[in-house]
Amino acid sequence: MPARGGGALGKGLLGIYLTALVLLPIAALLTKASSGGTSAFWREITSPEALAAIKLTLAASAIVVVLNAIFGTIIAWVLVRDEFPGKRIVNSLIDLPFALPTIVAGLVLLSLYGKGSPVGINVAFTRAAVGLALLFVTLPFVVRSVQPVLLELDQSMEEAAASLGARPATVLRRIVLPSLVPAIVSGVALSFARALGEFGSLVLITGNLPFKTEVGSVYIFGQIQNDSLPTAAAVSVALLFVALVVLGLLSFISQRQSRHVL
Amino acid sequence: MAIEVRNVDKRFGDFVALDDVTMTVGDGALTALLGPSGSGKSTLLRIIAGLETPDSGQVVIGGEDVTSSAARTRGVGFVFQHYAPFKHMSVHDNVAFGLSVRKRPKDEIAERVKELLGLVRLDGLAERYPSQLSGGQLQRMALARALAVQPQVLLLDEPFGALDAQVRAELREWLRRLHEEIHVTTVFVTHDQEEAMEVAEQIVVMNKGRIEQAGSPRHLYESPTNEFVMSFIGPVNRIGDAFLRPHDIQILPESDGTGTEALIERVVHLGFEVRVELKLHDGRDVWAQVTREEARQLELTEGQILSVRLPAPRVFSS
Repeated sequence: MPARGGGALGKGLLGIYLTALVLLPIAALLTKASSGGTSAFWREITSPEALAAIKLTLAASAIVVVLNAIFGTIIAWVLVRDEFPGKRIVNSLIDLPFALPTIVAGLVLLSLYGKGSPVGINVAFTRAAVGLALLFVTLPFVVRSVQPVLLELDQSMEEAAASLGARPATVLRRIVLPSLVPAIVSGVALSFARALGEFGSLVLITGNLPFKTEVGSVYIFGQIQNDSLPTAAAVSVALLFVALVVLGLLSFISQRQSRHVL
Repeated sequence: MAIEVRNVDKRFGDFVALDDVTMTVGDGALTALLGPSGSGKSTLLRIIAGLETPDSGQVVIGGEDVTSSAARTRGVGFVFQHYAPFKHMSVHDNVAFGLSVRKRPKDEIAERVKELLGLVRLDGLAERYPSQLSGGQLQRMALARALAVQPQVLLLDEPFGALDAQVRAELREWLRRLHEEIHVTTVFVTHDQEEAMEVAEQIVVMNKGRIEQAGSPRHLYESPTNEFVMSFIGPVNRIGDAFLRPHDIQILPESDGTGTEALIERVVHLGFEVRVELKLHDGRDVWAQVTREEARQLELTEGQILSVRLPAPRVFSS
């Protein structure tokens, strides 16, 4: 049957595509990282500077995704449920961080919130700058995953809860938020993955000070510049591993929550 | 609790949903709001529930003016057209919702939920989720959820609209019996006149945002005050400005000179009822409703010419 033939062709294409673009590069990375043996690998990722960079990356990403979960949901809510002049323009602004080359984003942030800031805020070369840049580039993820779900959400559920005596805050907590959790979680997962690997927007505004503002990706870049590829690969693998664990965990949470909803 | 709606107006933009609507529903009555789509019946129901605010006018429930009260304080149970199940909660938690927001003790909630699930014949399904229930079961769960908080008034929006014919008939009968058991003032919206006549004690007929007529099913059928009610409730033949009921057209066994001559164009057997499509001698088309037995005795066949007696037609001044 044609449908079945198409299916097999599709699966084949998917396999080749994924192998060429994802699996082979990761395999090469793993080979490079393990070229010096396990103890060398361990030494590379536990060197004080590498460890500081990894910790900063994880902590900053964690804080950023929590803020994204909160503000992204609020922004999505306002964009879906409220009417105000210029709503369409605001809506398209949300995607701007996607469209802007991240190095340009970094430059813009530096001139706005750096030395001689026109708004009087100077966070250049501080950890706050790491958070700021990451917030900027990950803004769209939660907004864009929550928005369609909120649009589809059956408002009569909220009306039913209200007519059963629930206050607006209770309706939000017990009816709306549980329905949004899978979407929020998937937005968080995307934000987190993006934050772990973010480079362009950080490299200018953070100043890349070791032990202070140097994140994983910038550390890796530095190691490549210094020709220590195994170190770069080892730290990459460590970040990759964390990303895999976190994404797995988030997808588990999301599935648990959406089990009865879909 | 009695419900009074006084001079309620509601517009959505340019569309007039309700135009000076006044109606009364007696304490403990079972009332249908009947009308075609866009007649304002659902809007009226939502205004009674507090889910919509009238532009002007008053809503009084049990003698208390609730026009400006929030839905959650009105003591109204509302069953939505598509049931609005809380999809992320089990059947038990759905039904328990109203009680749990009222912070009732756990064992009281458990007991009440069990009792209600028994009442709506969903015992044993408490741990299921809405996605695992059929339409009829969801409908009954929604009803149990609304009844859990012992509402003063029960409102149902097109309660049987989304169900297939057989489940529909069963639920109608069951709603009627339930109402006899618990006697809560009940108003339901429907566009199906048969459903309204079968279930309700009182019918309020709506059209274009206004109430055309209210009364018992029999009263509306026998004494419609206008064209709309006449043609919306029960089958009707229209001849110019005059209306007559198909079952009032009498087919005479033999031409005795008193009747009107007519040609049988078609005989449709619908079980007990037989629909006879006639062309009168002056060219007008009407149809008559006779029983299977009458059709057999009169030996009605297509192409036959016979004589019929027409009742005095009703004419409404518009």
